[in-house]
Amino acid sequence: MSLVYSLPLFCIVLGLVSAVVCSVLPGKWTRYLCFGLTGLVFAMSLAVLFAAVRAGENVLYPMGHYPHPWGNEIKIGVLEPLFSAVFALVLFLCVLGGRTQLHDDIAPEKENLYYVMVCLIQTALLALVYTNDLFTGYVFVEISTIASCGILMIRQVGRTTLASVRYMIFSLIGSGLFLLGIVFLYNVTGHLLFPDLKRVISALWQAGQYRVAMIAAICLITVGLGIKSGLFPFHLWMPDTYGYATPSSAGILSGLVSKGYIFLLLKIIFDAFGTKVFYDSGVQHVLYWLGLAGMIAGSVAAMGEQDVGRMVAYSSAAQIGYIYMGMGISPTVGMVAAMFHILTHALTKPGLFLSVSQLARHTGGSRTLTALQGTARLDRAAGVAFLLGSLSMIGIPGTMGFLSKYLFARAAVRVTPLTLYTLVALAVSTILNTFYFTRALIRIYNRPLRPLAKDNAPKGSFCTAALGFGLINIALGIAAQPLVSLLEQGIGIF
Amino acid sequence: MLQTLWDNRIQCVAMLLFAVGFATLLLHPNLMKKIIGLNIMDTAAYLFLTSIGYIEGRLAPIVTNASTDPARYANPLPAGLVLTGIVVSVSVTALMLALTVRLYERYHTLDLDKIYLMARQEEEGGV
Repeated sequence: MSLVYSLPLFCIVLGLVSAVVCSVLPGKWTRYLCFGLTGLVFAMSLAVLFAAVRAGENVLYPMGHYPHPWGNEIKIGVLEPLFSAVFALVLFLCVLGGRTQLHDDIAPEKENLYYVMVCLIQTALLALVYTNDLFTGYVFVEISTIASCGILMIRQVGRTTLASVRYMIFSLIGSGLFLLGIVFLYNVTGHLLFPDLKRVISALWQAGQYRVAMIAAICLITVGLGIKSGLFPFHLWMPDTYGYATPSSAGILSGLVSKGYIFLLLKIIFDAFGTKVFYDSGVQHVLYWLGLAGMIAGSVAAMGEQDVGRMVAYSSAAQIGYIYMGMGISPTVGMVAAMFHILTHALTKPGLFLSVSQLARHTGGSRTLTALQGTARLDRAAGVAFLLGSLSMIGIPGTMGFLSKYLFARAAVRVTPLTLYTLVALAVSTILNTFYFTRALIRIYNRPLRPLAKDNAPKGSFCTAALGFGLINIALGIAAQPLVSLLEQGIGIF
Repeated sequence: MLQTLWDNRIQCVAMLLFAVGFATLLLHPNLMKKIIGLNIMDTAAYLFLTSIGYIEGRLAPIVTNASTDPARYANPLPAGLVLTGIVVSVSVTALMLALTVRLYERYHTLDLDKIYLMARQEEEGGV
């Protein structure tokens, strides 16, 4: 086996070690360490991606001295390094862009603790992406929950503590159901590694044995991870969580942590249940309809929101709905659309959160539509970042958002029974998105109602991050074909 | 039917406990009781796991010089999973307790509904 396949494990260990080292370093150095970590993970993931694309097949990397089926292992295909590279990049840009605001939001002596949590999230994301073992997945889901709660509650302003309690309760309910699902599966099959699970599950399914128990397990795992990632009707924790967190945290939580759970679910569907069993079980209909409902409900709630931060948060609920709808459509075209949308949302939403909070720095922290009026005239960089993010979320051609919607529509047309519902929902949701994002855009570019604070000009770090998000979005929006074919190749061998 | 239930009585009790814990975590307004519910829920899952690992008449899976025959021992994996799970649930409980202490210091109550009400009033007062 080539040495390059050891890099994912090395990244995971590096993340854990960095988290430990961060706890004893002073604040400034932890920041550099965190940047270094994300940069290294990004570079190593790209290297693994090149090797994997060239190899064109999955590689199972055993860990420790115990072989399959006793030992633990990680799986390296095309999708795993691709997603871990994007996640590392987004994490880097989130931390970079929210740096100034972070200084205002948290006590200086706690800065290193923030980066401990960020390193842990990076580790957990890598582990969720690469793992080939159900229980390892559970452990890292919990690590990611604890670290997310950490980066949320570290800002001790207003209602953040309350928001973190709410987030934790929903997360814990999700993990409880997920754990029970794992226990059911283990009880029925006696395995925890994905390939063994898949083998036993499909054999049992064909023989018609333990169907109820397996459907229950599939439901529990899907719903558990669905709750944690904010699937309708469990999205109610989102506005508080994203609205009150410091912008870096809001970006990380909405763009990455929820995507990590969704990616784990995708892996479980493909590798552990097998698409045939999953799409025979009927659970995909639940995902489809809940996703559809989430698309509309999230957008309607966003329309009624006067606080722009919370509006963007509700829009996240709608975007998560898109992803689950794609998963419900079909295991091929629908999944490609869902995965593309995971990337779109991860590369767009953090930029929106960062720019909203940068705009709010000119209003003394108030994020209501009236307060933000005219801020984009004063703060060009934040205004442009918000504009690009909004255009992508609406789905204007030339951005990733447009391609997501195109892929969803393509998937809908190929799967005939669902074509009409999907297309109507896409259209309605796009209209609603256009409505509330345009309303916010008109406000921020309008003449200011009251004098704005001018001394909070955006720092270079914010501009770099905002520009980074915008440029990547447009670049991938124009030249998306390589990415889409990578996704298709990845799903082919998943 | 009854025979099946009786054969799987430990698993049935575990499911019952899980439901009790789940409902408490989801519905009870008191934060302390929510945390207790969380622990009941997790423990129920561990009980379920342990019960499938236990095989009547077999030894604990620790190899002594008596025998290395695997057929003499119970399944060690569920016990390992339960240990890992306990570590996870202890850390989550600690975090929830810390959050509860913070909320109590600020609002002087453990009732989540009341805390929401106060937070909303605070916010409206602030604006």
